[in-house]
Amino acid sequence: MSTRIDSSTLGMMDTPLRAAMLKRIRSRPTAIGAGAALAVMVALALFAPLLAPQNPYDLTGLSIMNNRLEPGSVGMNGVTYWLGTDAQGRDMLSAILYGLRISLVVGLLATAGAAAIGITVGLLAGYVGGLVETLLMRLVDFFLGFPTLLVALVLLAMIGRGVDKVVLAIVLVQWANYARLVRGSVLVERRKEYVEAAQNLGFSRARIMLIHILPNCLGPMLVFATIQVATTIALEATLSFLGVGVPVTEPSLGLLIANGFEHLLSGEYWISFYPGVALLILIFSINLVGDRLRESLDPRRRA
Amino acid sequence: MSATLLEVRNLHTVFHAEKGAFAAVNDVSFSVGRGEILGLVGESGSGKSVTGLSIMGLIDPPGEIVAGEILFKGEDLRRKSASEMRLLRGDRIAMIFQDPLMTLNPVLRIGEQMTEAITEHAAIHRAEALRRAAEALAQVGIPSPEARLRGYPHELSGGMRQRVAIAIAMLNKPDLIIADEPTTALDVTIQAQILYEMQRLVRASGTSMIWITHDLGVIAGLADRVAVMYAGRIVETGTVDEILDSPRHPYTQGLLRSVPSANRPGDRLAQIEGMSPSLAARPPGCAFHPRCPRALDICRHDDPAPTAVDSRRSWRCHNPAPAGVAVPA
Amino acid sequence: MTLFIVRRLLQAAFVLLMVSLVVFFAVYAVGDPVELLVSADASAAERALAIQRLGLDRPAWEQYLGFLGNALRGDLGRSFVHGTPALELIVQRIPATFELVVLALIVALALGLPLGLVAGLNPERRVGRVIMTGSIFGYSLPNFWQGMMFLLLFSVWLGLLPTSGRGETVDVLGIKLSLFTADGLRHMLMPALNLSLANIALVIRLTAAGAVEARAQDYVRFARAKGVRHSRIVRRHILRNILIPVVTVMGLEFGSLIAYSTITETVFAWPGMGKLLIDSIYQLDRPVVVAYVMLVTLLFVVVNLLVDLLYAALDPRVQVLEPAA
Repeated sequence: MSTRIDSSTLGMMDTPLRAAMLKRIRSRPTAIGAGAALAVMVALALFAPLLAPQNPYDLTGLSIMNNRLEPGSVGMNGVTYWLGTDAQGRDMLSAILYGLRISLVVGLLATAGAAAIGITVGLLAGYVGGLVETLLMRLVDFFLGFPTLLVALVLLAMIGRGVDKVVLAIVLVQWANYARLVRGSVLVERRKEYVEAAQNLGFSRARIMLIHILPNCLGPMLVFATIQVATTIALEATLSFLGVGVPVTEPSLGLLIANGFEHLLSGEYWISFYPGVALLILIFSINLVGDRLRESLDPRRRA
Repeated sequence: MSATLLEVRNLHTVFHAEKGAFAAVNDVSFSVGRGEILGLVGESGSGKSVTGLSIMGLIDPPGEIVAGEILFKGEDLRRKSASEMRLLRGDRIAMIFQDPLMTLNPVLRIGEQMTEAITEHAAIHRAEALRRAAEALAQVGIPSPEARLRGYPHELSGGMRQRVAIAIAMLNKPDLIIADEPTTALDVTIQAQILYEMQRLVRASGTSMIWITHDLGVIAGLADRVAVMYAGRIVETGTVDEILDSPRHPYTQGLLRSVPSANRPGDRLAQIEGMSPSLAARPPGCAFHPRCPRALDICRHDDPAPTAVDSRRSWRCHNPAPAGVAVPA
Repeated sequence: MTLFIVRRLLQAAFVLLMVSLVVFFAVYAVGDPVELLVSADASAAERALAIQRLGLDRPAWEQYLGFLGNALRGDLGRSFVHGTPALELIVQRIPATFELVVLALIVALALGLPLGLVAGLNPERRVGRVIMTGSIFGYSLPNFWQGMMFLLLFSVWLGLLPTSGRGETVDVLGIKLSLFTADGLRHMLMPALNLSLANIALVIRLTAAGAVEARAQDYVRFARAKGVRHSRIVRRHILRNILIPVVTVMGLEFGSLIAYSTITETVFAWPGMGKLLIDSIYQLDRPVVVAYVMLVTLLFVVVNLLVDLLYAALDPRVQVLEPAA
């Protein structure tokens, strides 16, 4: 590049920095492993209908005669159930693949929604300041004062089950985190020279907020959002386990685990075990990637 | 009993980085006699602090002492075990740091931080240790010492905290005190006070001291001998009089010229042109040659060895300034 | 000091008021209020009577004030399922949950502090990295699944620990606690471990971060220059500084643990507040749910206040009292 974009005048992220960041992620084996695992999980979820040997929601394909078979056993119809079957005779492997989809979809949607609302509120509060800031931050403090699980739990107990309801509940308990984070960043960026320059040039407030300030806050936000996806997936799983999350017709991994609970004591572990392993791999890989991202963005390490 | 307390010979301390090892202290040799105050002068980045830390054995990875001897009372400190060094520290050799704000732990009482210096070296009752601590505080001029012992560091001003650090250093009556820019972070008036106190205490007890600073003005009134450091090397040593009256190395001259009080009022302040080199970008040959008004061709590729008049007066220069010319001219 | 406490109590009261408003109107906004406050299988006549008795024919604001008035007197409605006052029902279960939470906190600190210290003091070495990655694994592990797997391993397959319920209790100052009996501890082991898991990870990370920061501080270097031995430096200089953020976070986590005990109690059929909440949700026992929310909010507010006071006590730089002359 012949002309270097100076970060302090235009407020854009340096390209060399981005490159350094990627290089650092790539040089750590745990990060690569986690990234690979995550990519596999996402691919599995994406192509579930093509990969799954059976559609677990197609009731006509199920036979109660095949129920509670151990992993690796062959069913009445000659099909090998690699991960066993559940109480309805559903193939666990297929159920897990479809369950991955739901878990991921809810996780991503809820995170995106919470981020959108939270970032907007944070930007406004941080940049506009004054009474608006005070009111908004009081609201944020209020929302953050309660344990997310309880609020989501009670809320869903009142409004009932459903994928959309779960997403709504999670968005409601998560947005405040983003708001607080972004506002902090905005307060810091607001004092920098490029903002003053933009103001002197007569740009509108909205333009300054969105085009100049926001990109510079995205660094820590990205790390946070990544880890929040994992948190959201775990939260949805917990809510579904407790019976207030996704409906039985669209079971996420959490609900699958719940379904297997009653069979645990009789030693039929696979109904809960394998969905749990899938959930664990999903959450763990996201957390690892998020953690490595955070390390690589740490300003102290930029030599 | 030999008159030389500390002798450093060919010390090399490096810092390991991704691209290699950089020498912060590059073949440094000097000595300190009993009861003597040595001023170690240099800009930031010259390696003076690292020298002090090397003597104390407080160099942590990625730093490492790779060569040389540090002879303290005839014994090589580098050969001592970790526990032997620990026992020496705070007892025979003490150190004072630059920033009084963070030298003392904010969540522990001053009394505890003082008595631990005593009790970690000898089996002394807490009550007796506290008594000695109070005595030490009184010696450095801190009023109501008993009350202070019960208090916390944040209750004291910077100057007072540095006095506490000095008191701690003197508690076990060490043979050598290494003071790493102890007055740099303080007010000018407080600086003068602390300087005076330290001089008084050290002379009275016959303790040797290495005073590390970037300010030649401070050294002039305080030290017996001076060693000037640049880019990890000692470029000139001598008594204070020799250095002030007859500086041979151009860098020493530059330093003397740039002391503000050396100026006539209204004149521009003299400066040494250029900047001191970073560890990684050390110029070849004599490290000072890019900034030296007396640089010759040979200086560009030949690092000068010390020219010694005797063991205590030397300089490293291919083209030293003429003798007997005080600065400013 | 008193000014500080008074101000905090006022804030607390305000928060409670807000929550009561939200909860009350949420209960009313969602669905038919009659359905929500009267048992599902009441007859038409019983329903009419209930409506009148509960004041459901009066305007919403009046009802809210009535609710508030009752709440202040300690009456948060009656459980549909049990018929007893909701508050009483919950309070009965508090000791079971609290002892689980306390044990979980102790375990988290006992395991997390030393592991975190090792990781923080050896960040570049293998053992440090393993611990840190392990901590990420710890909080990635789905809480309920982990509990189930423990059950599977230790109860079903190995038969070492009981599968559910609380053990023998002992009366301590009028409160029944199972912490002090051997049988009680056997029953508590898995649930407490399950509850503490995410917190162990949190403590490890906090402690490690604190240790890394403390180690780089000048006062550690100065202590070494004084010739203080390593063990004492870690114990007095580093640990003391770390303890402050760790303890504060743990205090704040107390409330979070109460929330997460709902899961643990469900998995291990532990008769605490959390299980009561879940059961009440299933059984549509709304008054209990409402009472639970109010009580837990109060708890949170009190715990936050206590944590602030504790923080001021631990860090001599913080001044809650008037500054010393």
